[in-house]
Amino acid sequence: MTAPATTATTRRVLERGVRARGGGTSERRLSIGRQILLQVLLLFVTFTVLFPLIWIVSMALDPRNLARPDGLNLIPPGASLESFQKVIAQPTSNPISFLDLALNSLKIAIGSSAVAVGIGILAAYAFSRLKFRGREALMIAVLGVLMLPAVATIIPLFIFLNQFQIKFGELSFNLRNSLIGVTLAVISAQLPFAIWNLKGYLDTIPKDLEEAAAVDGATQNQIFRRIILPLSIPAIAVTGFLGFLGGWTEYLTVAMFVSEVHDWTLSLALNSMVGQFARTTNWSQFAAFAILFALPVSVVFFIFQRYLVGGLAVGGVKG
Amino acid sequence: MATAAAAIPQRSRGARFQRGLQPYLYLVPAFAVMAVITFYPLVFQVWMSFHDFGQINFRVRNPVPAEFIGLDNYIRIATSKLQIPNFEFVRLVLFNLWWAFSNVVVHIIIGVAVAVILNTQGLRFRGVYRALFILPVVIPQIIVATVWRNMFDPDAGAVNLGLQGLGGIFGIPASNPAFHLNWLRQAEDPISWIPLPLAFFAMITANSWLGWPLNSVVATGALQSIPGELYEAADMDGASPWQKFKNVTVPFLRPAMLPYAIYGFVITFNLFFLPYFMTQGEPFGRTEILVTQAYRLAYERRLFGVAAAFAVYLFFLLLIVTLVTNRLAKATKSYAD
Repeated sequence: MTAPATTATTRRVLERGVRARGGGTSERRLSIGRQILLQVLLLFVTFTVLFPLIWIVSMALDPRNLARPDGLNLIPPGASLESFQKVIAQPTSNPISFLDLALNSLKIAIGSSAVAVGIGILAAYAFSRLKFRGREALMIAVLGVLMLPAVATIIPLFIFLNQFQIKFGELSFNLRNSLIGVTLAVISAQLPFAIWNLKGYLDTIPKDLEEAAAVDGATQNQIFRRIILPLSIPAIAVTGFLGFLGGWTEYLTVAMFVSEVHDWTLSLALNSMVGQFARTTNWSQFAAFAILFALPVSVVFFIFQRYLVGGLAVGGVKG
Repeated sequence: MATAAAAIPQRSRGARFQRGLQPYLYLVPAFAVMAVITFYPLVFQVWMSFHDFGQINFRVRNPVPAEFIGLDNYIRIATSKLQIPNFEFVRLVLFNLWWAFSNVVVHIIIGVAVAVILNTQGLRFRGVYRALFILPVVIPQIIVATVWRNMFDPDAGAVNLGLQGLGGIFGIPASNPAFHLNWLRQAEDPISWIPLPLAFFAMITANSWLGWPLNSVVATGALQSIPGELYEAADMDGASPWQKFKNVTVPFLRPAMLPYAIYGFVITFNLFFLPYFMTQGEPFGRTEILVTQAYRLAYERRLFGVAAAFAVYLFFLLLIVTLVTNRLAKATKSYAD
């Protein structure tokens, strides 16, 4: 498998691209005619990029709280936040508020990304720095699973988790039909990516510090805790956020595993708002919900994009 | 590779044994978790695929042992003899391959074109453009897919409303049927000699919106690595812009874009969100891809044994795709050198 080698090239190229963001050093002058031509082209591209976003915002702000838009009014007359109020109270016909939906999404996102990164960094350290028998074979096992789409493991996981009837005092539930089961399934998809992404970062840290520490008599565990762990905090943050993003928007497992309305997540509610038929969709509320759903993660992503885009382009998150 | 362990002075046999064991201690948590929730389910899936496995075989109260049926599930899938409508295995695989290929081509063309324009010396506001063009990437995919589904709605979608507005400028009445296309469900193909539904074109539009910016980022990185002297030398030799692009830019772009194209192919091949949320496989299952079909078989049809066999097919198809693309990457690489 040549994936690690090729992605190393991509990573290097990306880093160069990110560094070059500031613009070139020796600027040649551009003739006014060509400048205008290129600006017009780029404005057109900007328009296509922004159009869906403006459309959603304008629908959400429309004061008439439209069941359906009646025209292409990008700036609705007398914008209001009424749709936002409605979806925060109760976005779907089911008795669950936006906050409860967000809380469930948050549980999956934090649980899965914390576990995946927490045990992923240990394995990544072993793969990046330690010599041991079976290293290649175990790494291929991780990469092989990484290649598989989430759908490929979801079917047996459903049946496997369904066997566990958890009794905990008063509490009695089926592991499959719970957010814990969903989180386990999400971890299954995220862990190989976390290991691989963190290993890729650890490989770029120079070994001088560790060698000096080893000469001074530091043990392997000390080297990991005192040198590697502090140095890899950026990679842990990036991998953790990408995992968080995956958990926050997880749909497949939640839809298949969970049957109680109180376990619903944001993505499930969003899909049910679009509905089987577009005619029954309340467009203003759908748009308001989509914005509330996307905004927290999109803003973080946008601010830290220079660190995150590289990870996405190289590794990606499983759908 | 000199490891840190080698530098530590040798102590006793016990200490050495402990050091030999240590790498595995770091791996135990990750592999213990993966053994239970990844590797075991995968093995179980293969077992399932040889059985007539349904809801009664795993319900919590008195599950019935599943019946062994050999390769029956596999044969029924390959010969498209499933009890579900609009299922044609060969068409599904071909469409999936075409879907991934066509998207990657479009993404690279747009991505490289925008990167080249943004890389023009003396261009104003390029920082602003670069920041704006990354926006599609930061939006969760499930939202991208549902929003585009709404945009392509026949009556109230932004696409048809926009076309009506555009037509109005040229005096074409809004009632013109060309402005009321049922983008995601129209059964007749828009171009009679190309067997692709209108929904495919809607989907590739949405996915291009989503996909080209990352290609542009990768291409920008590669473009920045081209020494300016090469263009100056080409200028002195009187090369045309096209010649400069072909002989200077492309050779530098290829080593960066090729691995990314392969990665993009695999990602698009498995892109669940658009076919599932945007077109929902319409019209008549013709925009379904393998992952969405596998999910539907289990989630909607509850055909767990068949879905397991389907996932095994998916695994081998992906393996072939990976091997072939890696092969191609190597072949074209030696050609480029």
